[in-house]
Amino acid sequence: MLGSGIIRGMIETGRNFVGSYFVKDRLTTVQYPEEKLAPQENARTIPFLVYDGDDAAAGLRCTACTICEQECPPKCIYIIKDKAKKPDFVGKMQLFPAVFDIDISVCMSCGICAEVCPFESIKMDQVFTLSSDTRFGSLLLHKEQLAKSNDYFRKIHPTDATAIDAERAETKSKAEAKARAAAAAPAAPAVPAAPTKAVTP
Amino acid sequence: MSNLDQVFVTLLHWVVGLVPASLQPWVSTLVIILAIMTVFGTCFALTTILERKILGRMQNRYGPNRVGPCGLFQPVADGIKMLTKEDIVPFSSDQVVHFLAPLVLTIPIWLAFAVIPFGRNMTAIDLNAGLLFFFAIGSASELAVFMAGWAGQNKYSLLGAMRAVAQMISYEVPLVLAAVPVVMLAGSLSLNDIVQAQSGYIAGGLPRWNVLTPWGLAAFIMFLIAATAESNRSPFDLPEGESEIIAGYLTEYSGFKYALFFLGEYMGLFAITSLAVTLFLGGWHAPLPVLEWLPSWFWFGLKFSALIFGFIWIRATLPRLRLDQMLSLAWKFLVPLALLNLLAAAVWHWSGQCRLFPGSMAVRWLVCAAILVFPGIRLGRSLNGLSATPRQYRYAK
Repeated sequence: MLGSGIIRGMIETGRNFVGSYFVKDRLTTVQYPEEKLAPQENARTIPFLVYDGDDAAAGLRCTACTICEQECPPKCIYIIKDKAKKPDFVGKMQLFPAVFDIDISVCMSCGICAEVCPFESIKMDQVFTLSSDTRFGSLLLHKEQLAKSNDYFRKIHPTDATAIDAERAETKSKAEAKARAAAAAPAAPAVPAAPTKAVTP
Repeated sequence: MSNLDQVFVTLLHWVVGLVPASLQPWVSTLVIILAIMTVFGTCFALTTILERKILGRMQNRYGPNRVGPCGLFQPVADGIKMLTKEDIVPFSSDQVVHFLAPLVLTIPIWLAFAVIPFGRNMTAIDLNAGLLFFFAIGSASELAVFMAGWAGQNKYSLLGAMRAVAQMISYEVPLVLAAVPVVMLAGSLSLNDIVQAQSGYIAGGLPRWNVLTPWGLAAFIMFLIAATAESNRSPFDLPEGESEIIAGYLTEYSGFKYALFFLGEYMGLFAITSLAVTLFLGGWHAPLPVLEWLPSWFWFGLKFSALIFGFIWIRATLPRLRLDQMLSLAWKFLVPLALLNLLAAAVWHWSGQCRLFPGSMAVRWLVCAAILVFPGIRLGRSLNGLSATPRQYRYAK
């Protein structure tokens, strides 16, 4: 009959109108600043640097190899190597960055830096409230601001972090076993020195 | 009871009494103008926010809820935004017409409120041809819309204006034809007399409103459909048609001129809703004898709000019509039915006096309803057939 579709439609909208006041499930809108959805595990915004332990300066995984700097498509990473060296997690002597800057106004969140990093050091963050009242200064993040603990990494990317932690633990135990074997057989005194030379550019 | 009922009238007399006698007619006019502009201006602000909230709820959203408590200050924010926006006048436009169009739209619509009885003794001007005045003034908006579309020098503006004129002139016919039986039976064009004719109650305690008669119900529905089209509201929002022609005749307007169009559109809706209340819902009369103690302006406001809610509800439900569907609904369905409705009203009136029907309401109802329902179904079928035939395109192959 003429008009029956209109009546049915109006019943539907009327039901929505009344229902939205009583059935909370109907309102799917998330009221953003007050309530926030947890980000998806694969979500990514800008890169950050992972460090182990409690001290950001000591535990930084980055070895200033500059692969990320070279691979970065918009060239937003800037690295200066420190002259000194420090031991990494297996006790090998490695370089570390004196300056590690990321200009997040240039960064396009592609995640290539995180993919190419051979030291599992640079990873993608999930923070997105990055706006600031100055145009340039506060959008250029330094090493201190970029460094975040492995606990944080484990929290935002649990799957990734667990796999990496397991792999690193295995590498570490292998290296320790090797070192113990080397210590037991009192030959080859220059075992730790030789690979360090190879890494040194 | 009568104090509360007449509180605004008493207030007006008190204010007018403060000034010398020679100024009294002027002050009285000014106060009434101010009152109407304030009340309906506030109404406009409230409707914009409530409409958005109700539309939101009908789509399972919250609607605006950021500015002030529950988002109630949203109209203030909107107003400030509109006032501070740049008023862009296109270089090639007809500057004078572009400037005049929003004024020509808004001013007549304010005038239309002059003849509406908002409560007992609350008519600004009791014209003896009030209804005629209303329709005459109301049809000035077509001119304004076409001026707006023509002045913009923009094809979307012009298309929108053509659609608007086609739509508004087509729907003017059923709008007036739906109001004619009321005039026939009240025997007057004065809106006060029309309200007076709907006073009192029939035997069952039901009010003597026009909407409670078969011809009145049909006329009320036709009037509402035509009123929706006249005020360019969804589902008849073809003149604006955002998804088709950007914003129709509003395309070249910005800032406060746009706000004036917006205001004019809502004022037109309010005016025509007030008229619908007056013609069919008994104006300011209470629905039941026991509810007579509530003031008359309260009943008018309640019926007015209910109808506005109905318009919002329809807007939330129905998608936009196609141009040919819109025109066929007016000319092939509403106009014939409105003409038949004149016959139904005549039969209803005659059978009420004639000895042939010994006062039997049921028989009168059946006869009058039969006059309207069977042709209505027949005409409705012809409308359904419209979409069945594939459209023939001559040039766009």
